[in-house]
Order: sequence, then C-alpha cells, then structure tokens
Amino acid sequence: MEDTIKENLNPDGIDRRGFLKCMAWAGTGTLCVMQGGVLKSFAFSGTNERDASSIVKGDFAFAQISDSHIGFNKAANPDVTATLREAIAKLNALPRRPEFVLHTGDLTQLSKDDEFDALDQSLKAVRTDRIFYVPGEHDVLNDNGAQYRERYGKDAKGDGWHSFDYKGVHFVGLVNVMNLKAGGLGSLGQEQLKWLESDVKGLKHSTPVVVFAHIPLWAVYPEWGWGTDDSEQALSYLKGFGSVTVLNGHIHQVMQKVEGNVTFHAAMSTAFPQPAPGQGPSPGPMKVPDDKLRSVLGITNVDFVRGKHTLAVVDSSLQGA
Amino acid sequence: MKRRTLGIGFCAALLVGSALVAAMSSARLAQGAADQPAATSITIDNFSFTPKEITIAKGTTVTWVNHDDVPHTVVSADKKFKSKALDTDDTFSFTFTDAGTYGYFCSVHPIMTGKVIVR
Repeated sequence: MEDTIKENLNPDGIDRRGFLKCMAWAGTGTLCVMQGGVLKSFAFSGTNERDASSIVKGDFAFAQISDSHIGFNKAANPDVTATLREAIAKLNALPRRPEFVLHTGDLTQLSKDDEFDALDQSLKAVRTDRIFYVPGEHDVLNDNGAQYRERYGKDAKGDGWHSFDYKGVHFVGLVNVMNLKAGGLGSLGQEQLKWLESDVKGLKHSTPVVVFAHIPLWAVYPEWGWGTDDSEQALSYLKGFGSVTVLNGHIHQVMQKVEGNVTFHAAMSTAFPQPAPGQGPSPGPMKVPDDKLRSVLGITNVDFVRGKHTLAVVDSSLQGA
Repeated sequence: MKRRTLGIGFCAALLVGSALVAAMSSARLAQGAADQPAATSITIDNFSFTPKEITIAKGTTVTWVNHDDVPHTVVSADKKFKSKALDTDDTFSFTFTDAGTYGYFCSVHPIMTGKVIVR
C-alpha cells in the first residue's frame, strides 16, 4: 500500500478524517502512528521497516498480544499455535525490539494445564526481557483462576492485579473477568478498585499511565458483554493524569477511542477474529476465507516518546512480511 | 374345584387391580404431560440459552448441551446449581426437585441468562 495521509492539523492536533481512514486500514499491514497528536501512516512491509524505525523514535517500545486461545481448534482457526508463532515472528521482526510484552488475556481456551504449557513453550521464542499477563475469562474456568495465578500471578494481588513502573511510565494490570454477575459485563470489584485508587494516588499527574485488562474498559458493545460495569470508577482515579493509555483484548479486532487524555485501544487476536459489533449472530469465533485469516490476526507495538502525551500505538496484521 | 374358583377369583382380582393401577398411571401421566414442555433439554448456541425460559414439573431433569464453539457454564443466580466449563457438545444436567423460579447465567459470558420455572 503506497498511499499516505497528508497531515492536516486541527486545533486539537488530531486529523479526524485521517484517523478514521487509518483505522480502516489497520489490520492490512499499514502503520498508523500517532505521535503527540500528529498522525502519520506508511505501509508496513519488509522493505519499509527501516523507514519506520527512523520515523518512529521513542524512548522505549513494548508490544501487546492478546487472545491466543491455545486449545481452540474449530473452523475459525484449526491451528492457533501456528498463528501465535507467526505473531511471535512478527514481534521479533519489529523495527525496535520490544522491551517487554503485555498479554491481555485469553491465553488459553479452557484453562487446561497442557494449554498453559503449550503457550509457555511458544512464548519462549519471543525476543524480549519479560512478559506481563492479565487473565481472560477463558483462563479462570473451574478453579477461580488458581492455576493462572500459580503460573503468571505470583507477584500479583487478589485475583491477579498488579502494577509496575518502567522508565518513568506506570503500568497497571487489572482483572475484570472474575465474580461476574448475571446479566452483567466485565467487573473489577470493590477490592481491586480500592487497591487501584491507592496505587495511583501518590503518582505525579505528569506520569504517563498504561492500564491493561482483558475486557474493554469502555462500552464497546454492551449487548455482547463488551464493556466493564465499574470501569467509570476506575477511570475516575486517573482523571487529571496527562497521558492515560488503556490496552484491552477480548473483542478480537482493533478498536480505538480517544476521550480527553485517555486513549482506549483493543487489539486483534492471534487466534481468530470475531464480528464487528452487531454484525453477526454472536460475539463468537468468526470463520473467514483461509486466505484472509492472517489479515485479521495481529500484534500491537507501542512506542513511548518522552515528552509526548500520547503513546504511538501501532497495529499490524500477520499478513505480508 | 376350590383351586379353580380361587384361581378365577384371583385372576379377576388381578385384572381389576391392574386396570385400576393403569387408570391411575395414565391419569398421572396425563397430568405430567400438561406441565412437561416439549423438551427438557436446553441448547446453548450463539451465546444464548434456547429456550430462554421453560416451565417444568417438579422432579424433571433438565439437560443443557453446548453447541457453541466456545465454552459456557450454567450457574444458578442463587448458587443452587453450577456446571463445570462445558466445551462444545458437553452437557450438564440438574434435577429440579423443588418448585420455584430459578434464574441462571453463564459465568463466563454473564450477559447470557435463562430461567427455569418449576411447578
């Protein structure tokens, strides 16, 4: 894809039409980079990766993968381990090595031992220093998440929430897939919310904050359970922070929303796509033609540029180089 | 002679007896059939329970079967019953011995709800 978007700054610094056009391309291998409110785009293929790295400069980069669903083997994708491995190859080929990776949940399909084992085996190939996790609803079946926490949540609190600081950026992993109520959406719960409030209380408002959780923390499509009942309360503790980025999974497609200083982003799955909101019978696995599958699966790269209030969040599909 | 009379009498008693029992059974069956829905089986598909609401007689066993590509659970809102995670084609059964209204949901996808009314 050779087309480029002309920069067209509005008073708020965001080219709305360009942004929407870019989002339509995300998933076909086009880089949409938002740096400090300025939108740039260029084709993401093998030959252009060097150009990408020279343009996308940041203090550090990290990556997000999501919804690997190891153990799933139905029509939408009979081999989710193969596509996960392709996603890992993509991570390893990023112009800038991610200093760590966030997995935003649904690691497995059925919370089974051998599924967690197979995932760990595949992830050994990721060239990065650390992987941080939050569970999806598929990871806490049958045992209230005990197995998940044993493997990935040793340093975490409660049902698996945790936070860490990296080069001046504060990261918070939240769990919104436990103790779900009948007829409800995702849920953080009072204990976790109390913890979150105290966790961010002492931070300077100039500290960039990245929150990651499985189910979207904004109302993507409540009819399908795509939202979190008590996310408003969580976000209220982050009011006043200059830069907040929320990274989610669960919906198996790229979706982004900007609300003031908060950028919400949901990633593609590495396993199978799901329909756009309301565009199918249910939010379940969606079968696409075999030659289209890799264009709707992918990874996310995030560049942090010191001094810029917005992180550069870039999605790329498994299609192409 | 005595034996024969006894035999006939006995048979007659038996016949009357079984006729009575048969009559009572079919009456009970008829009553049961009126409360019994066409199916005591609930299908899970496309992230929904179908039928979403059923009415059954006390003592009926309801079986849920998952035809979706993803796992679901069947959990009663007031903790009266709870299934393990059901993968595709897995089933879960529960016998409702007490009358009442039992709301339930999928604890994995809580937007999915259903109701069993027991008379």
